[in-house]
Amino acid sequence: MHKRFVSIWFPYLVTDWMARQQAELKDIPFILYAPERGRMVVKSVSQSAHAKGILPEMVVADCRAIFPDLKVIEYPVGKSEQLLVALASWCIRFTPNTATDLPDGIVLDCSGCTHLWRGDNSYVEHIMGRMEGFGYHVRAAMADTMAAAWALSHFGQRQTIVPPGKQLTALLDLPSAALRLEQATTDRLEKLGLNTIRQFAHLPRPALRKRFGVELLTRIDQVSGYEMEPLKLVQTPKLYQERLPCLEPICTAKGIEIGLERLLNLLCERLSAEGLGLRTATLRCHRMDGDVQEVHIGTSLPTRNPSHLKKLFELKTGQLQPNLGFELFELEAMKVEPIAFDQTMIWNENNTTNTNPVAELIDKIIGKRGEHVVQRYFPAEHNWPERSYQINRSINAVKETEWRTDLPRPIHLLKRPVLIEITVPLPDYPPLLFRFNGKIHPIKKADGPERIEQEWWLEEGEFRDYYCVEDDQGKRYWIFRSGHYDGGQPRWYIHGFFA
Amino acid sequence: MKNQLQQDIVQKLRQRILAMQGIGKTNNGHCNMGLGLIEAAFPDGVFPTGAVHEFVSMEPEAAAATSGFLSCLLTNLMRKKGFCLWISSRRLIFPPALKLFGVDPEQVIFIDLKTDKDVLWAVEEALRCSALIAVVGEVKELSFANSQRLQLAIEQSKVTGFIHRIYSRTENNTTCAVRWKISPISGITETDMPGVGFPKWNVELTKVRSGRTGIWELGWTPSGFQHFSKPSSDTDIQSEKSQYA
Repeated sequence: MHKRFVSIWFPYLVTDWMARQQAELKDIPFILYAPERGRMVVKSVSQSAHAKGILPEMVVADCRAIFPDLKVIEYPVGKSEQLLVALASWCIRFTPNTATDLPDGIVLDCSGCTHLWRGDNSYVEHIMGRMEGFGYHVRAAMADTMAAAWALSHFGQRQTIVPPGKQLTALLDLPSAALRLEQATTDRLEKLGLNTIRQFAHLPRPALRKRFGVELLTRIDQVSGYEMEPLKLVQTPKLYQERLPCLEPICTAKGIEIGLERLLNLLCERLSAEGLGLRTATLRCHRMDGDVQEVHIGTSLPTRNPSHLKKLFELKTGQLQPNLGFELFELEAMKVEPIAFDQTMIWNENNTTNTNPVAELIDKIIGKRGEHVVQRYFPAEHNWPERSYQINRSINAVKETEWRTDLPRPIHLLKRPVLIEITVPLPDYPPLLFRFNGKIHPIKKADGPERIEQEWWLEEGEFRDYYCVEDDQGKRYWIFRSGHYDGGQPRWYIHGFFA
Repeated sequence: MKNQLQQDIVQKLRQRILAMQGIGKTNNGHCNMGLGLIEAAFPDGVFPTGAVHEFVSMEPEAAAATSGFLSCLLTNLMRKKGFCLWISSRRLIFPPALKLFGVDPEQVIFIDLKTDKDVLWAVEEALRCSALIAVVGEVKELSFANSQRLQLAIEQSKVTGFIHRIYSRTENNTTCAVRWKISPISGITETDMPGVGFPKWNVELTKVRSGRTGIWELGWTPSGFQHFSKPSSDTDIQSEKSQYA
């Protein structure tokens, strides 16, 4: 694909930001300083201070001597990097590939994006308009290579658009510093009178390499596009992601729904072409004021059914706060899994999306109340009743061992055994009667004891002697004695109810 | 000949009335529940699937008995492979015990929610999903309006719904087709043999739409329901025994 890059340079990045934060700084000249080798050095100047001739790397004392009413503020260390990352992330609405260009610029790889803004000119104009609206001074250039765009943004007009393929010609009149060479190389070029790129760009390459090193050739190649330049993106491009930039900000529920539907259709088409289904997805909504809101969903089986996914999202899109409106929607499938080919598809032709209604129902419930509410139980090889099953949330899991059916187990088990008072004729006999919830239950029939030992490798504690008992009204209980009689009075508990 | 024609018309009208009442076609998808004499109380003598059954239990022992009876019904319904949903806000079911009644615990998806409102929402959603075999909902109270919503959901999907009202205070009017009350009675044991034996319940139908009510004694052994004719007392349980299923 034909590549296009936009380089945006913020000549007064940090000072513009400061003026944006503190309105009183807007029109007065001020500088930001930082200590360096035992003196205060200017790090950044505002535009009006720059107009008065103050440049970075001057000594603060000198500046004060010339302009006694100059406002001096301490330089916030690391702020420029932070600002650039934020600006580059914000620019994600113009192209998915944005990168910071330290110390004071950002680069956008806008290949194939500009037609959405009706051409290169209005694309760059739009970006610059938004940036200037924020209060930043910007210079931007668009070219086929990043190096050419950088050079023109720093050394060209306020806004330059280089037609495709003309990047080297556009650079010919710029000084050699526009090539981002090392200071020593630039100095040597100037010493030899090679002040503009035109003077050396077409010199024989071996001669250039011999005198100025391989760096100069690399830079020229990067400008003309013979050599690739790596871009360190702020956000790595996602594999399964769809984007929907909106011309007008969307602030109604219906608008969000339509946007979501379009994105889901695009994503599901792509997934079905690759035989995949998604397990988790995120909808990211970028608001006008730079706020990003997210909505997550998860499914219990891989799916690519747009209407089902839309229902899951609809449970949550109510939380979104559009305020002024969203200008970009991004839908990303974070986790995708292959969908097993289902034979029912052959004779179930209208249902080509291969859905599982039960899984969709579960997704809906999980979507509303969280993953922990859905449980399936599988046998666990433990005797201790509380540990005799394990929880598995997956809908297509199969059991590995069989359930035990040889021992009586109550249909209702109390989460925590409840202490009861009993009367017992002899040790190791079932009790005669027990008192539970203030009622006395005389025992007519009993089974047991069934001794269940604590699994010492998991937990220390007393064993339990379980009895199934039935009282005079035919109600059946599961009660147990905790521990031996020798250690004093053992405690009795009720643990469950038989059917 | 004329008599035959009249009977046919009556039969057809009866079917239509049943369909209007939301009980649906009873002879389609016939499912032998093994309930024996109790089944005669239902319209057309068939256990109504694709309807909402209501179970009322006032105390923990009765609730356990109801859960046991419910699991027996599920066993019969779940002969074909599929899932059943058990939705509850205060679940006490001990999954391994379901196997003792013949239900595969892994075929049951348990959904534990916090409030009755959530439970009813989930039950309603589940009843709309025709791929399920049955849905069990455990709530405290069921208002008439809520039961109407469940009935509407069920008419589309023909899923069987069981609403278990645990510790319910009132027995208000609902649209449920059947209302059951199950309470435990002394278990089935051979005479003079010690032990608790197999469970036995007092099964009471307090409401059956287009059917009749009654009280029966029913036991459960691994081979199926055991029917005991009335009257039977705790001391004389070795009375006439007939086995169905």
